[in-house]
Amino acid sequence: MACRPIKSILALCLSLFLLLNSTKILANDTTAVATEHVAKEEGSFNVTETILEHIKDDHSWHLWGHLSISLPVILYSPQGLEIFSSSHFLNEHHENVVYEGKQNYKLFDGKTKVVNAAGEIDIAASKKLWDFSITKNVASLFISVFILLLVFLTASAAYKKTGIKTAPKGVQSFMEPIILFVRDEIAIPNIGAKRFARYMPFLLTIFFLILTNNFLGLIPVFPGGANVSGNIAFTMTLAVFVFIVVNLSSNKNYWEHIFWMPGMHWSMKLFLAPIELIGVFNKPISLMIRLFANITAGHILVLSLVCLIFIFKTIYASAIAVPFVVFIGLIELLVAFLQAYIFTMLTAMYIGMATEEAHHAAHDEVGATNNNAHH
Amino acid sequence: MLLEINPLVLPDIGLVFWNTIAFLLLLVVLGKFAWKPILKAISDREQGIEEALAKADKMKADITAMQNENEALLAKAREERATLIKDAKEASEKMVADAKDKAKSEYERIVADAQVAITQQKNAALTEVKNQVGTLVVEVAEKVLRRELSNKAEQETYIKQIADGVKLN
Repeated sequence: MACRPIKSILALCLSLFLLLNSTKILANDTTAVATEHVAKEEGSFNVTETILEHIKDDHSWHLWGHLSISLPVILYSPQGLEIFSSSHFLNEHHENVVYEGKQNYKLFDGKTKVVNAAGEIDIAASKKLWDFSITKNVASLFISVFILLLVFLTASAAYKKTGIKTAPKGVQSFMEPIILFVRDEIAIPNIGAKRFARYMPFLLTIFFLILTNNFLGLIPVFPGGANVSGNIAFTMTLAVFVFIVVNLSSNKNYWEHIFWMPGMHWSMKLFLAPIELIGVFNKPISLMIRLFANITAGHILVLSLVCLIFIFKTIYASAIAVPFVVFIGLIELLVAFLQAYIFTMLTAMYIGMATEEAHHAAHDEVGATNNNAHH
Repeated sequence: MLLEINPLVLPDIGLVFWNTIAFLLLLVVLGKFAWKPILKAISDREQGIEEALAKADKMKADITAMQNENEALLAKAREERATLIKDAKEASEKMVADAKDKAKSEYERIVADAQVAITQQKNAALTEVKNQVGTLVVEVAEKVLRRELSNKAEQETYIKQIADGVKLN
């Protein structure tokens, strides 16, 4: 039973990867069109620019060919709140133009900036501009929120409907082992059977949000294609939440181990305190960078392999590129799950360290484990 | 700024803002309507299974205990039956022996009584014979004395006659 959904997801992802090649060609065609005059002048294909364009956030969501969805731009400046479609940033030739709202705005490298009459960036005004636009990543995030709500409210309703006496069915039977995995392999071993229950909603939400966005990021066409979990803003936000939760649940024992490590000579204690203090901030920062770097690297790898076709300027290059893309794609599927697991597991571990009770008999051992965990 | 060198590592405030909202929304909505009921249902089911298993184990233990008890009862009953049979046998043997003893002693007593009675009757009979003999002797003597007076010869015949006439029985 549980095998079928996995198989179908694998099949879906595989077929989408095969699709990727054709769509990516089209996508790169449009990029080529957009930068036509540049490309003609140089006579070369800018790989770095193409890849970065696919990884970065955008104000419109490219579907296929010349078709893309214009997403709303929401700007907040001292002049007030403004909402308008991102299509105003482009003219009919897909060239960046100035939009005249309360101020004059123009996109530079995908970022909204205030421009003066001469069309140059007004740095002072741009610094006061807050861009809350529904970008491609935000839209993708909303889609994943919608999917998560749909899946888990359905699963929850199934439990209510069938009760606890019957075996789980459908989406419920697919999600229950994963929920149990988070509980039995992540929460309980790291936080402990006594306190894990309080943190389960937090851990489950983090795990499934990352997992969904990782998978959506692997789908090359709408509703996937956005690089949400490979975006530093996304991972930073989650890391901040982890930082807040870990420090709010920390106890006296945790801070004692940071500022005045028990069972050490006083000079060692003085030496360790700043290191441990850095560790407090280092832990969420490492979470942020790890997820961002892993997912972004995966996307860059896949895009680079696809770009081989354009670098060699022959369709025969796809004979090498496509199998590699499929292979890396399969590894990315594993990475998508693995990174969600690692992020959640480390979060649980940090919470476990922060909430650990002092047991004086094994003090030196506890200190040692904490040290190992920090480094 | 160092971060501006690479646009990838420069976080956009927009995504941070929307992600905070999205995450908090998920945390609250899923926490209340999904994670809590799902986790509760799972733990309830696990508890139910655990209880059922414990119950089954307990029942198994109960049945084993019952069987042991039954066996002990059976063994005890068997023992009791054996004891009862043994006792009954002993009692009956004792009864038979007692009866035999009693019969024997009764017999002996009867025999003894009979002997005593016989002896008594014999003595009584002898005494009577003696008495009769005495009486007869006296009578004979009287008759002899009376005949003597008339004839000597006749006297002797007569005595003889009398003597013949006396039958000791």
